[in-house]
Amino acid sequence: MTAEALAEAMGLAVFCPGREREVTSGWCGDLLSKVMVSAPAGCAWLTVMTNVSVAAVAVLCDAACVILAQGARPDEALLARAQSEKIPLFGTDDDVFTAAVRLGKLLFG
Amino acid sequence: MFPEISLHILDIAQNAVRAGASRIEIRVTERAGELTAVIRDNGCGMTPGQCARAADPFVTSRTERRVGLGIPFIKLAAELTGGRFSLESAAGRGTAVTAVFRTGHIDCMPLGDLSGTVFALVTANPGLDFLFVHTVGERSETMDTRAFRAVLGDVGLDTPDVKRYIREYLDEMNREL
Repeated sequence: MTAEALAEAMGLAVFCPGREREVTSGWCGDLLSKVMVSAPAGCAWLTVMTNVSVAAVAVLCDAACVILAQGARPDEALLARAQSEKIPLFGTDDDVFTAAVRLGKLLFG
Repeated sequence: MFPEISLHILDIAQNAVRAGASRIEIRVTERAGELTAVIRDNGCGMTPGQCARAADPFVTSRTERRVGLGIPFIKLAAELTGGRFSLESAAGRGTAVTAVFRTGHIDCMPLGDLSGTVFALVTANPGLDFLFVHTVGERSETMDTRAFRAVLGDVGLDTPDVKRYIREYLDEMNREL
């Protein structure tokens, strides 16, 4: 499923559409040093962190998209960097657990 | 961010090593609900332009990957606690990184193994001088590798007996604090 189709299916807010990417898994985490060494390439990364380091970690891990949970919105620097790096950046009012459950159902049935 | 403040300090000190510093100062002060970490080096420093961009993770001197997260992580970790971050640097003179954490904030990470961090830095870089000052309230303890060297002469800081001595010295500092 592409990041764009995922956003559509989950009803996510689209902060930045980014490039077309296939989402193959999910990852949840806010402690950026852990995420950067653990998140798999192609994942949809769920987090409540909103600063520019999120873009850096997404690039390092080659995440397919980033979903800001619990109503979090990107700060200006993150939004600008998501645009220049073409990282799909979405948002949801769901908490991380609820969003992860919905993501899991979509990806794995 | 890292799960412990010590790991942020280690990361910034490693920047200082890469900056070609011959002397690195690490000062940690715990007082009145704040933990202040200052890492100062006499390495190559940064121009005002580099300094202004240093908190941007997409600006890095690394060549093996295109993002650098040392400074962005410590800045974020400090600011998440309602603390503050500052960076002073002069090209050819050195750099000072200051991070203030409000220890009562729920998102403040624990200090972690500061002695172990200093021990690792000193013994992994036996050619460099380290000044480590840890202050808790009104009590302050200092380790200065120049004082060790004055006694040791040509004996390296990474020899087994000296490493054991440094470890004991750092443990004694902790007991005094």
